[in-house]
Amino acid sequence: MSKSHNFRDIAVISVASHQTKILSQVNEVQLMADLISRSRNSAGLKQEEIGFTCSGSSDFLAGQAFSFVHTLDAVGAVPPISESHVEMDGAFALYEAWVKLQIGEVDTALVYSYGKPSAGSVIDVLATQLDPYYVSPLWPDCFSLAGLQARSLLDKGSISLERMSEVAMRSQKNAFDNPNGVRSSEDISLDDLMSEPAIADPLRKSDLSEIADGGCAVILAADNKADSLCDRPAWIKGIDHRIDSHTLGARDLTRSPSASLAAEKAGRNSDRLDIAEIHGITSAQELILEKEFALEDETKINPSGGALASDTVMASGLIRIAEVASRIISGQVDRGLAHATSGPCLQQNLVCIMEGK
Amino acid sequence: MSETEEPLRAELTVEYPFTRTTGDVIGAFMTGLREKRIFGIKRQDGGVLVPPLEYDPVSSEPLTEMLEVSQSGVVDTWTWVDPPRPQSPWNVPHALALIRLDGADTSMLHAVLVDSPSDMSTGMRVTAIWEEERVGHIADLTGFVKEVEESDS
Repeated sequence: MSKSHNFRDIAVISVASHQTKILSQVNEVQLMADLISRSRNSAGLKQEEIGFTCSGSSDFLAGQAFSFVHTLDAVGAVPPISESHVEMDGAFALYEAWVKLQIGEVDTALVYSYGKPSAGSVIDVLATQLDPYYVSPLWPDCFSLAGLQARSLLDKGSISLERMSEVAMRSQKNAFDNPNGVRSSEDISLDDLMSEPAIADPLRKSDLSEIADGGCAVILAADNKADSLCDRPAWIKGIDHRIDSHTLGARDLTRSPSASLAAEKAGRNSDRLDIAEIHGITSAQELILEKEFALEDETKINPSGGALASDTVMASGLIRIAEVASRIISGQVDRGLAHATSGPCLQQNLVCIMEGK
Repeated sequence: MSETEEPLRAELTVEYPFTRTTGDVIGAFMTGLREKRIFGIKRQDGGVLVPPLEYDPVSSEPLTEMLEVSQSGVVDTWTWVDPPRPQSPWNVPHALALIRLDGADTSMLHAVLVDSPSDMSTGMRVTAIWEEERVGHIADLTGFVKEVEESDS
């Protein structure tokens, strides 16, 4: 974020999220109607007081063009709204809302995203985002591609199978206190995890994210509006997203330069971080991100359990932002980094750094 | 509606009813596959990108100079796919690998057809095998096999 412009101060003032293994008998509209109401109510806002609404979801997963239009029912039929949508994780919808707020014509925004992967096979659906001539027709699932990445890291010697299992264990233990944590355990041991068979060799089941249905809604507000609606807003000090090449074979899969650059541009180095919520679909990806973000012992990583514990396509990134924001709003922590990823093998990355005043 | 009534159901086939032209670079690669040949494209720094792209994925320079590369190369990294994915060209468990062909500086994604993951290792040499009927598609390549097996047969 360049300092040569006068940026408005924008904060997350309220969040609501829900994740579970399978949402049966509940459709996307019902799920989001509840979460959107909760986020608006806790901010004390009605829909007519919200200047911009932006959502993220996957038509490819729903199998229907413009499927997000149905979910707009969850916002309410009236009043008419100013609205946009991304076929991306809701973290990128939040970036769009942040830009809209920076323009200065509105002071509040609602951001939400959701996914219901239980209705299909999301690991195969994600193959449709790949190169349409050379890669998509081979239908590599996302965990297999992440397996290629994990082996590159192991071959290079930058991680070990044991380090991967330590990350998996951290996720399961941290998720134990998280009501949205789908895969959690209070007392799982490293031996338990390391004796699992490989699923996407060298990745074991616990190294892969636990796929979950769910959604998230977030309210943003600018300047005095944020102060008037929230005792301790989670101010966005920097937000940035960057992308690496689409061509897997031309990338060094052991690194994520776009994640590192996004963190630098978002101001990662300007102060300490109390927590970091990072979005990887494998334990190996979390290890890459820890390195790209230069996270040290002073930073608690994925206190929620992260996406390994509950991974909702199109919502996992926005939920990372919500997890950091809610801990700042409640006064538990002062400063944190939230990260969202998109594309295969950490191709595209967004970093959002928030702090309480 | 009574509570025991089944919900209405309807078949839904997701279609993509459009055709695309593949252009000078991807089209030339696909035509090559039909003729059992694999082409790459030269980058500004002299490196060779396989499969070829119209623009360099790093520098974004337009690329034009195509050249043929070997059908054998090394496995840069691999994983094991079991069960095979339902829409993929393969119906048996197989390795998925990034393969750097001799003469290429980047690697391409394809299958290595071996019996078990214990037959796989990073750095192993593999060679292409082809479908009988080729149509100009990435799956004209049946996959890759261990190079030594190829020379034995």
